[in-house]
Amino acid sequence: MLPIMSKTPMLQLFGVTKRYPGVIANNNVDLKIMPGEIHALLGENGAGKSTLVKYIYGVQKADSGTLEWCGKQTKINNPKMARKLGIGMVFQHFSLFDALTVKENISLGISSKIANSDLDKEIINISKKYGLPLDPDRYVHTLSVGERQRIEVVRCLLQDPSMLIMDEPTSVLTPQEVELLFRTLRQLSADGVSILYISHKLQEIKDLCHTATIMRMGEVVATCNPDHETPYSMAEMMMGKNISTPNRVEDSINKSPALIISDLSIQSEKSYGTDLKNINFTVNTGEVLGIAGIAGNGQKELMAALSGEVLAERPDSIKIANEPVGLFYPNQRRHAGMVFVPEERLGHAAVPMMSLWENAFLSGATKMNFKKNGFIRVADVKDYTHDIIKKFGVKTPNIQNIASSLSGGNLQKFIFGREILQNPRIIVAIQPTWGVDAGSAAAIRQSLIDLASKGCAVLVISQDLEELFEISDRLSVIYDGKLSPSINTKSISLKQLGLMMGGVSVFSEKGAIENVS
Amino acid sequence: MLVSLELRPKASKAMVYQSPLIAVFMTLITSMVMFWLMDTDPFLAINAYFIEPVSTLDGVAELLVKATPLILIALGLSVGFQANIWNIGAEGQLTLGAIFSGGIALAYFDVDTPFLLPAMLVFGVLGGMFWAAIPAILKVRYNTNEILTSLMLTYVGLLLLSYLIHGPLRDPDGFNFPESRLFHDSALLPIIIEGSRLHIGFLLTLFIAVLTWMLLIKHIIGFQIRVIGMAPAAARFAGFKQKKLIWITLLFSGGAAGLAGAFEVSGPIGQIVPVISPGYGFTAIIVAFLGRLHPLGVVLAGILMALTYLGGDAAQITMNLPNAVTGVFQGMLLFFLLASDVLIRYRFKIGSIKKETT
Amino acid sequence: MIIDLIVPALLTIITASTPLVFAAVGEIVVEKSGVLNLGVEGMMVVGAVGGFAIAIITDDPVLAILAGALSGMLMALIFGLLTLYFYSNQVATGLALTLFGIGFSALLGHKFVGITFEGLPKLYISGLSDIPGIGQLIFGQDVLVYFSILSAIAVTWFLGRTRWGMIVRAVGENHDSAHSIGFSVTSVRLSCILFGGAMAGLGGAYLSLAYTPLWVENMTAGRGWIALALVVFASWRPWRAFFGAYLFGGITIIQLYAQGLGVDVPSQILSMLPYLATIIVLIVISRDDSRLRLNAPACLGRNFHTSG
Repeated sequence: MLPIMSKTPMLQLFGVTKRYPGVIANNNVDLKIMPGEIHALLGENGAGKSTLVKYIYGVQKADSGTLEWCGKQTKINNPKMARKLGIGMVFQHFSLFDALTVKENISLGISSKIANSDLDKEIINISKKYGLPLDPDRYVHTLSVGERQRIEVVRCLLQDPSMLIMDEPTSVLTPQEVELLFRTLRQLSADGVSILYISHKLQEIKDLCHTATIMRMGEVVATCNPDHETPYSMAEMMMGKNISTPNRVEDSINKSPALIISDLSIQSEKSYGTDLKNINFTVNTGEVLGIAGIAGNGQKELMAALSGEVLAERPDSIKIANEPVGLFYPNQRRHAGMVFVPEERLGHAAVPMMSLWENAFLSGATKMNFKKNGFIRVADVKDYTHDIIKKFGVKTPNIQNIASSLSGGNLQKFIFGREILQNPRIIVAIQPTWGVDAGSAAAIRQSLIDLASKGCAVLVISQDLEELFEISDRLSVIYDGKLSPSINTKSISLKQLGLMMGGVSVFSEKGAIENVS
Repeated sequence: MLVSLELRPKASKAMVYQSPLIAVFMTLITSMVMFWLMDTDPFLAINAYFIEPVSTLDGVAELLVKATPLILIALGLSVGFQANIWNIGAEGQLTLGAIFSGGIALAYFDVDTPFLLPAMLVFGVLGGMFWAAIPAILKVRYNTNEILTSLMLTYVGLLLLSYLIHGPLRDPDGFNFPESRLFHDSALLPIIIEGSRLHIGFLLTLFIAVLTWMLLIKHIIGFQIRVIGMAPAAARFAGFKQKKLIWITLLFSGGAAGLAGAFEVSGPIGQIVPVISPGYGFTAIIVAFLGRLHPLGVVLAGILMALTYLGGDAAQITMNLPNAVTGVFQGMLLFFLLASDVLIRYRFKIGSIKKETT
Repeated sequence: MIIDLIVPALLTIITASTPLVFAAVGEIVVEKSGVLNLGVEGMMVVGAVGGFAIAIITDDPVLAILAGALSGMLMALIFGLLTLYFYSNQVATGLALTLFGIGFSALLGHKFVGITFEGLPKLYISGLSDIPGIGQLIFGQDVLVYFSILSAIAVTWFLGRTRWGMIVRAVGENHDSAHSIGFSVTSVRLSCILFGGAMAGLGGAYLSLAYTPLWVENMTAGRGWIALALVVFASWRPWRAFFGAYLFGGITIIQLYAQGLGVDVPSQILSMLPYLATIIVLIVISRDDSRLRLNAPACLGRNFHTSG
C-alpha cells in the first residue's frame, strides 16, 4: 500500500519528554514517518498525542529529545518555522477566526509572500484539485464544521507541504464527509506527502493508515501495521486491559412518557448560534433516547432549553409527565425530578476553583434540602459529598480539593454521582464521556443504563456514535436545529445515521425514514 | 539562566495571604527610593509618614476615623467585585449619602430628638442606594457597562453637591461661604474616646464587617455571588438569577458608601462642605483588593490605607512633602499587589528551558 | 453675522474634541487586540503633566508633544507588563493605572501649578488662513488637531487594509488560534497597548498644551472614561469614534456657551451634560445586546496564557 519513495524518513523523533506539573505528558517518545506514509498516532484522550504534535509543530517546547527532518537534526521553535520546513497542521479545535473571511483566515496562516500573490485564484485551484470547494469571501461563522475544516486543509496545501498533521479530523464530520476527506488524504499520500494522523478511532485507522504508533500514558507502547491487526487488538494495546461493554437488561419495565417535548422552538441568544425549530420527542420511563448530530446543530441550545437555563415560549412545550414546565427555572425543574449534566465540566457543571463539597451544593442544594433560612448546612453537604465519592469511585484525597484538581474522568464521575444521587425521574446528559478515560467512560455508561433499568428516563445527546449505539434504545438526529423522528437502534445502520447527520434523508427525502421504521 | 512562570498544580492558599505583605514591602522599598530621588531622607520620610502619626493615642483614634469610611465602602465593593460587578462610583454614592443625611439634618435643624441621627443614617444609606440603583437598572434593563455609568454618576454627584452647597443648602448666615450650617448636637455621632474624633460609626462598621462575613461565607447569597463571579455558566446551571445578584451587589455597595457619607457629615465634619471625601470612594477599591475581598482582610487593609492619608497630611506639615505622594503610594501598592498575585496560581521556575528541571 | 457666531463655536468644538479623538482611537486599537485598558484616564493625565513639564522646561512644543506621548506610553507599559506577563485582571489593573496616574501626575505637576504656557503654535498659510470664516477653521489649527484627524484615518486603514491590522484583529478575536498558527499574542498586544498609551498621552498633552495651556491637578476630569464610552459607542470603528468625539465636544461647548449667554440654569447642572450624555449614549448603544456582541472583539478582557 505504501508508495515506494526515498528511504530517508521524513520525520524522526528520539526520546521526546515533556513534563507538566504532576504529570508526564510524553516520556521518551520515538517516532519515524516515511515520505508518503499515512502514519496513525493512536491513543486515548490524555495519552499524550496532542502534546507530541504540538512539539513537532513548534507550538510547545519539550523538556528533552531531538527531532530530525529529512535526516537532518532540526529545532522547530515556532509554527512559522514548521511551515517553512513544509509541515502543515489541521487542528482539532480549529485555529480559525469567526469574524474574518475565509480568505483572511487562510492568508493569516501562511507566509506573507504567498498571501500577497493572487490568493483567490490559488485557493480556487487547490480547492478544485483536491475536491475541497470553498468560497473565499464568506465569513467563517456562516460555515459548517466540515467547511471550516476544509479551510484548514486548503491553508496547509497552499504551502505545498511535505508533511501534514491532522489532529482528530473526523470527530466533527459525518461518515460521508469522512470518506471525502480520506480520498483527499490518499491522493496527497500518492503525491509523496506524509501524513501524521491522530485519532482514537480504530476502524478509521485500519481503513486509512499504513503504520500506527500507539501511545498510552505518555509512552509509545507499540508500533504496528493496522492491516495485520483487528480493531479489538489495537484497542487492547491502546487501553492496556480488556474492554468491558455495558450490560443491558432488556424491556423489563412498563414504559410511560416521562419527558414530553412538543413544538419547541427557541431563537438562539448567541450571535453565531443555532435556532431550535419545532422540536418534538418523548422519553419514556426506563429507556434511553440518544440524540446524535454533528457539533453546532443545536445540541447546546437544546440542552439549555431542557435545563431551564433558557426558558421556552410556552409552558406546555416541555412537560414532565403531565406537568407543563416550559417556564420553570432550573431549580423548579430539579424539584420536578429532572437532573442535568452539561457538556463542559469545568465552568458549567462545576466551578473550577471551588471545593468538591461546594460543587456538590451547586446543583444539590434545592432537591437535597441543604438550605436552612438561607444558610448552608455544611455538615449535610459534606456527608453527601462523601457519599458521592464512595459510591461512584471518585479518586480524590479530600473533599476540600478544588474541582479543577481532578482528572477529567474523575470529575465527570463526581458530576454524574452528584446528579444521580438526587434520585432523578429524568436525566439529561450531553457528551457524557467526552475527553474521559475509557475506564470512567465505561462506568458512566453503565450508570446511565442502570438508571434506565430502575425506571428513570434517560436522554443522552452525543457526537460519539459508538456510545449512542451502545446505550440507546432509540435514536434521533439533530440537524440545523431540527430533530428527526426517533428510530429503534436495532433497525438503523451507521450509514443511514450518517446520512441523517448530514441532513440528507430525513429532511429532504421523507421516504427514507419510512423505509427504516 | 531564565526565569519563567509555571502553573502550580493547585492554587497556593498561603500566597493569597502573603502577596499583600509582599506588595506592602515592595511599596515601602520603592517609595524610599522615590523619597531619595526627591532629595528627602528616606528614613525620616518613612518615619514621618507611617510611624510618627500613630505614636499617640490621638493619632490612633484619628487613624480609625479615616479607616471607617474606607472599610465601610470596601466591604460593599468587595461583595460586588466577587460577583464581577464593578461599581467604581462609590465616591458619588458617598456624596449622595452625605447629601441625603445632611439634608435631613438641615431640614430638622432645630428639632432636638433622638430619632434624628438614626433617620440621617437611614437616609444616608438610601441616598447611596439611590445613586447605585441607576447603574443597576441600566445594567439589568439595557445591558450598559456599570463601570462607566457608575463613574459618570460620580462626576454628576459631585457637581450636584457643588450646586446644592452654593445654593439651597448654603448657610444663610455664612457670608456666602459655600458651607451649610453646623449640625445640631442631636445630629452628630457620639464620640467613643473623649477628646478625639473617633465616633460610634467605627464600631458600627466593625459590626457590618461581621454581617458581611456571614453573608459572604455562610449564606447562600454569598455562595451565589462567588459562583457567578468565578463561573457565570455554572451559576446559570445552578439556577441563580443574575439580575437579582446585580441588584443585591450594587444596592449593598451603594448603601455602604452612602452610610460612609452619612458618617462623615455627622461625624468628623459635622456639616455639609463642598469636599466631603478626599477620594475615599476610589481608595476603597484598593482596600478591597488589598483585603483579598474578604471582610476581615478589608478591615486590616482599611486601617493600613488610612495610614497613608494620615501620613500624607502629617508629612505635608512636618517635611513639606506634597500631599499627592499619598495617591502615588496607593497606586503603587495596588500595582505591586496585582503583580504579586500571579504567585497564587503560578510559581517561578528558574533554569534554561532545554535542561530538565522539576 | 451668523458666521461670526458659528466659527468661534466650531473652533472651540475642535479643541474640546481633539483629546477625545486621540484617546478613543488609541483605545480602539488596544481593544481590537483583545485588551481592555480602563486606565485611559490615568495615561491621559500623566501625558498632560509630562507634556506640560517638558514644555515649560525646554520651551519646545515638539519635545513637549513627544514627552506627552512618551509619558502615556510608559504608563501603558506598566499596564502591559502586569496584564501580559503577570496575568493580572485587566479591569483591576486599568483602575489601578488611573488611581496611580492621578496621584503620580499630581506629584510631578506640583511644581508647575500656576505657570502658564503660550500654547501650541497654529498653522498659518498666508492667503488660505486669512479666508474669512473657514480659513482659520481649516487652515489655522495646531499640529495636533491635524494629527488627530490623520490618526483616525490611518487607524481605519491599518485595521481594515493591512496584514498587520488583520493580525491585530485575529489576536483579539481568538488568541488561542492566533497562538497556534504562530503569532506572538503577547507582542502583538504589547505593541497595541503601547500605541494606545501614546495616543492617550497625546490626548492629555493636548489638554495641557493647547486646550487650557496650564497644569491643574486631575485636569482630564473624566475625559478618559468618556473616551472609553466612545469606543463602545463607535462599535470599535475609528471614524465613528471621531464623529462621536466631535458630538461630545459639541455638548461641552453648548454648555460653555449657555453659561456665557447667561441661561438661567446653574453652571453645575450644565456641567453635568457631558457625563449625562455619556450615560444616554451608552444606554442607546448597549440596548441591542446581540449587535454589541457581534462587533466587540471576542477575546476582549480575557488574559492569554500559553499552556506550556
